[in-house]
Amino acid sequence: MSLLEVRNLHAGVQGNPILEGINLRVEKGEIHAIMGPNGSGKSTLAGVLAGRDAYVVTEGEVSYQGKDLLALSPEERAREGLFLAFQYPVEIPGVTNMYFLKAALNAIRKHRNLEELDAMEFLALVKQKMKIIDVDQSLLNRPVNEGFSGGEKKRNEIFQMAVLDPTLAILDETDSGLDIDALRIVAEGVNRLRSPENAVVVVTHYQRLLNYIVPDFVHVLIDGKIVKSGGKELALVLEEKGYDWVRTEPGAVSALAQEAGS
Amino acid sequence: MTKSLINVREWYAGRFARFEEGLNGASGSPLHALRRGGIAAFAAGGFPTTDQEEWRFTSVAPIASTEFTPVLVYDQSGVTESDLGEWILARAGSILLVFINGHFSRTLSSIPALPEGVSAGSLAAALAGDPALASRYLAPDPAGEDPFASLNTAFLVDGAFVRVDAGVVLDAPVQILSLSVSSAAPLLVQPRHLIIAGDRARIAVVESYGGKGRGISLTNAVTQIIVGDGGAVEHDKLQLENQASYHVGTTRVTLGRESSFTSNTINLGGAIVRNNVSARFAGERAECTLNGLSVATGTQLVDNHTVIDHAVPHCESHELYKSVLDGNARGVFNGKIFVRQDAQKTDAKQTNKTLLLSDDATIDTKPQLEIFADDVKCTHGATVGQLDEEQVFYLRARGIGETEARDLLTFAFATDVINRVHVDVLREKLDALLHTRLRQGRVTLET
Repeated sequence: MSLLEVRNLHAGVQGNPILEGINLRVEKGEIHAIMGPNGSGKSTLAGVLAGRDAYVVTEGEVSYQGKDLLALSPEERAREGLFLAFQYPVEIPGVTNMYFLKAALNAIRKHRNLEELDAMEFLALVKQKMKIIDVDQSLLNRPVNEGFSGGEKKRNEIFQMAVLDPTLAILDETDSGLDIDALRIVAEGVNRLRSPENAVVVVTHYQRLLNYIVPDFVHVLIDGKIVKSGGKELALVLEEKGYDWVRTEPGAVSALAQEAGS
Repeated sequence: MTKSLINVREWYAGRFARFEEGLNGASGSPLHALRRGGIAAFAAGGFPTTDQEEWRFTSVAPIASTEFTPVLVYDQSGVTESDLGEWILARAGSILLVFINGHFSRTLSSIPALPEGVSAGSLAAALAGDPALASRYLAPDPAGEDPFASLNTAFLVDGAFVRVDAGVVLDAPVQILSLSVSSAAPLLVQPRHLIIAGDRARIAVVESYGGKGRGISLTNAVTQIIVGDGGAVEHDKLQLENQASYHVGTTRVTLGRESSFTSNTINLGGAIVRNNVSARFAGERAECTLNGLSVATGTQLVDNHTVIDHAVPHCESHELYKSVLDGNARGVFNGKIFVRQDAQKTDAKQTNKTLLLSDDATIDTKPQLEIFADDVKCTHGATVGQLDEEQVFYLRARGIGETEARDLLTFAFATDVINRVHVDVLREKLDALLHTRLRQGRVTLET
């Protein structure tokens, strides 16, 4: 049983199809990169997997740890270990990071029949995770993302990932808007959280994040379909030749067929 | 309509005549002269109607068509100390002034040994000791008087009197607790509170309103606050009366030079509630902050009218009024800011935000800035909307259930105002009250 298996997924918004037959299999311990130009459906795929209700799935199925992922609410998916690092993390005035994360972690623990953490236990856990991600303690007492810089928001996403310890993390354009230092910090955080028991799907437009988070597989998403899959070297070719290369390359379709059948 | 208005005026004129008869020798006092002015002013116009701009969105027809009997003498009405439990903020060591149907209750109040330069007790007693207080502080607002304020003056008997002399700092908050104890007949409860902070004096006053019994009552309170030069006053008002009661509260503040005043008006109860908060800068370099939070559901109507009068230069004002409305509740916010011609370097900011939890809840919001000076900074903004679904999704995507997510966001919206209350015991109580009221993504009535 794969950790995640997406089969012939079609989805869209308000009757406009965006994803037109996605196939993807992710096993524990793997890092997958999904690359594609703007408008190719990358964020839609991330959104559909996390349960964003703006998207309507018209065909296909997604199984996650043997469960029908699409039948679960967003919170159930999170409690089952799925994590979406948002492309645009939302500001939530009036709710501190600390309160928010404790509520989230305890909702997840409760779902797994684990004892909820009290304030002291939670603080101890958070302090340990802060070392991994290198965030300042003052961040904890600030309202969620409010007034954070772009880099702080993305770092906060990875910090949440560290605390919630997901089995499958989907990073939606986590590199967008980051300068090179912030990018490195975020990537290092992700690498430290890597284990044989979890998997990461990195959704990105650019190759540069993949210098720091090295994927096992790279998939090229164009016009709602994965048109090419390969190893980490594929990202480098894309960087050099651009997405038009995939569009015009004759082998693209057969590569898709090969991947789908593998 | 006309008929009922005339009847109402006759009704209160009749009550006044009876009241006057019972006064015997006291009818020649300066206070009574004010009362006569009050009933005359009220009788001239009666209760306002929605034809009047100031009352356009709030119909007081249910008030105008009810024969309320003014409560003119003290009666403990069966209230015992154990009834006060849920209303009292802090027992030991702090000043608690309890009013039953508008009249000071010596037995239920607790006034510890007061520091030098602090007076706290009943206004009736203070007026008896110094009749000149009446003409000095209780005279009608020269800017014009609201009919409700006139009606309060007409039957002015008692209320709280708190005075802190120059330079005195009172650390513990003073609580003024007004309880309406309903009876078979609809009651008119009209406390008149007078709070005077001398130069450089500091004080926090918590004015709270509650009720016992399920009958109809109209609380028509007037609170006057004078902040001396360099003084600092926080005035927190908590309105927790039952769903059958009407509440009109007028708070009038004068700020001295370099003083600061903060008002937090928290509304959780009442059928029709109108708060008029007006502040006037009488001296330069003063700072005024008016905040409000209204949480309503069912058919509640909560109307907040504020006026900030920048009459002198170099003053700052900040306003944040928020409402959480559910069911068929209605909200009104009208924020007037006057910047007079001389009031250069004024800095005024007004914000009104409303969260509508149901399709049938409504808010009428109106900023009203009248600026006659040219070198000023004035901003205002109003937002009305539902919970941000992107925020809801963000919380859910982290494992928090949908209902909890909505409660958390609603609470966060409201607590923004609660966090501005500096009186710790009150803030904690408000936190707990909000947690009770905001549940399952809805506003629930008192439990």
